[in-house]
Amino acid sequence: MTTVSEQIGSWLEEFEQQQRTCPPSLAPLRAAAFARFAEKGFPTTRDEEWRFTNVAPIARRSWRAIQGYRIEGHATATAPADLSDEALKYLGQSASQANPFVALNTALFREVSFYHVPRNTVLEKPIEITYTAEGEGAYHPRVLILVGSNAQCTIVETYTGKGEYFTNAVTEIVVGEGAVVDHYKVTLESPEAFHIATLQATLGRSANFSSHSLSMGGGFVRNDAGATLSEGTEATLNGLYIVNGEQHIDNHTVIDHAKPHANSHEMYKGILDGKASAVFNGRIIVRQDAQKTDSKQTNKNLVLSDDAVIDTKPELQIWADDVKCTHGATIGQLDSEALFYLRSRGIDKQNARSLLTYAFAQDIIDRVKVPALRDSLERILYEKFNELPQ
Amino acid sequence: MALLEIKNLHATVGDREILKGIDLTIQAGEVHAIMGPNGSGKSTLAGVLAGRELYTVTEGEVRLDGKDLLEMAPEERARDGVFLAFQYPVEIPGVSNMYFLKAALNNIRKHRGEEELDAMDFLNLVREKMKLMEMDQTLLNRAVNTGFSGGEKKRNEIFQMAVLEPRLAILDETDSGLDIDALRTVAGGVNALRGPERSMIVVTHYQRLLNYIVPDYVHVLAEGRIVKSGGKELALELEETGYAGFGIFDEEEAVGKV
Repeated sequence: MTTVSEQIGSWLEEFEQQQRTCPPSLAPLRAAAFARFAEKGFPTTRDEEWRFTNVAPIARRSWRAIQGYRIEGHATATAPADLSDEALKYLGQSASQANPFVALNTALFREVSFYHVPRNTVLEKPIEITYTAEGEGAYHPRVLILVGSNAQCTIVETYTGKGEYFTNAVTEIVVGEGAVVDHYKVTLESPEAFHIATLQATLGRSANFSSHSLSMGGGFVRNDAGATLSEGTEATLNGLYIVNGEQHIDNHTVIDHAKPHANSHEMYKGILDGKASAVFNGRIIVRQDAQKTDSKQTNKNLVLSDDAVIDTKPELQIWADDVKCTHGATIGQLDSEALFYLRSRGIDKQNARSLLTYAFAQDIIDRVKVPALRDSLERILYEKFNELPQ
Repeated sequence: MALLEIKNLHATVGDREILKGIDLTIQAGEVHAIMGPNGSGKSTLAGVLAGRELYTVTEGEVRLDGKDLLEMAPEERARDGVFLAFQYPVEIPGVSNMYFLKAALNNIRKHRGEEELDAMDFLNLVREKMKLMEMDQTLLNRAVNTGFSGGEKKRNEIFQMAVLEPRLAILDETDSGLDIDALRTVAGGVNALRGPERSMIVVTHYQRLLNYIVPDYVHVLAEGRIVKSGGKELALELEETGYAGFGIFDEEEAVGKV
């Protein structure tokens, strides 16, 4: 067991260095975040939120700040000293610092990928942000997107890299009244990478928000995706996770119905092979005020080997009495009748398996509205499933 | 050499013996009907020939052109010209009919030493065959059998058969659940595929289908054995007297009679 103080030591130096260049407007937030992290340290499996995901391999190591990482895309990577008042106003307001990884990110991020879509503006092209890590070390990508009322945009976040590194990402999206936002997060991290990411969206009245989490890489991945809904908001959280070998992926989602007449839809699908493990935990909160909520959650898992493990859990907290909430989870194997049907038409076993596996993932891919992204995901899937062992 | 030769075939599901010694020889170009009540082993025979893993062959042999069929994987059988029209065609969400059939056809063509068809040639072939089956072309872009009506599923089976051009087609209760119009279309599709090089095994409970697909031979299956063989008139005789006239009862009925 690593003690909290041992864990903190390696991060303290980095924090102190960052604070020296931090503007006074941001320093209190960062100091509070670091204090929060220092107090609790990394979570353990005794923490209900982290029961099936043991972060000891991250906590035990003394990570140095990674030297080589690149940020590309349309959002401007802004140093703390250059953050606008507007950015400062929203930064750290959506994602909860109670999550130690969020607190750590808040204390240590070096720049913020910031984008502001003015109200009534429709962006034709997606806002793309790609983080590429190279070499050993830890880094803390931070994204803040503000979308004005009645604006419309698409956001594509991609995480990739080479080597054994730790990505600790936090994305905050604030969506104004009536705005329409499609968000995609593509995880293509290296097989040795640790990837912890939090997405928190704060959604305005009658806003329409969808987020797709597409996890195809990384050795150890934890995604926390959360959305807080307002009156009449439409929110969709979809996900696809594909793990093999000894990969571990944990998806925690929280949909918070704070106000009445909002709808939420959630569809997460997972494909597990080898000795991989996956966790899905979908929490839906319907607050007392949130009458006429309509919420639907589905988690489907396709397990291709005997050694893969999935833990799936819906968590409904309903305080209102006039609501519709449904949830369902399935864990299954490839349909033997369908396999036989394909083989009886001359398609060999391996290809039949690939085809059915691909088909399972297809319906999430079909929901991706950015053609270039959909094509590249299809290519990645195709390569993956043709590699699947028999 | 006979196209298909079945000798003393025994097969089980779990520890239950379903086929108890089937002997059947089929020459190229012949159409054989296999009739029998529920539980007689008709579908088991069809499944064993296509390579369904549910069944275990415990005795006997099956040869296709002299080659040991039972040794072959289902896909190898298909490439060698065996086709099973399923009694219950399987819905496969996410796999388009078009993609599936093109992959199937090109696998089979490759095996025959023929060139693979490109998208254009494939589309032309498919359009022609769809007309034959009076099928709606939009079905091509839909997922395999997904959301198809019972009749559409059965048509899709015969349509696939028309595209894949097997040498031995096994139709497992293709008539079940079809109204008379659909039955005529399906039978018309099957008849169009009859030829000197193509043999068929038509498995059915009822004589009705055989009015439209007229067999060369009829075999009556009961309790896992062929109890009577004859020409097409045997089917009519069976229609007159029912299986009971042959001293055969549906498994569930038989229990009642004891």
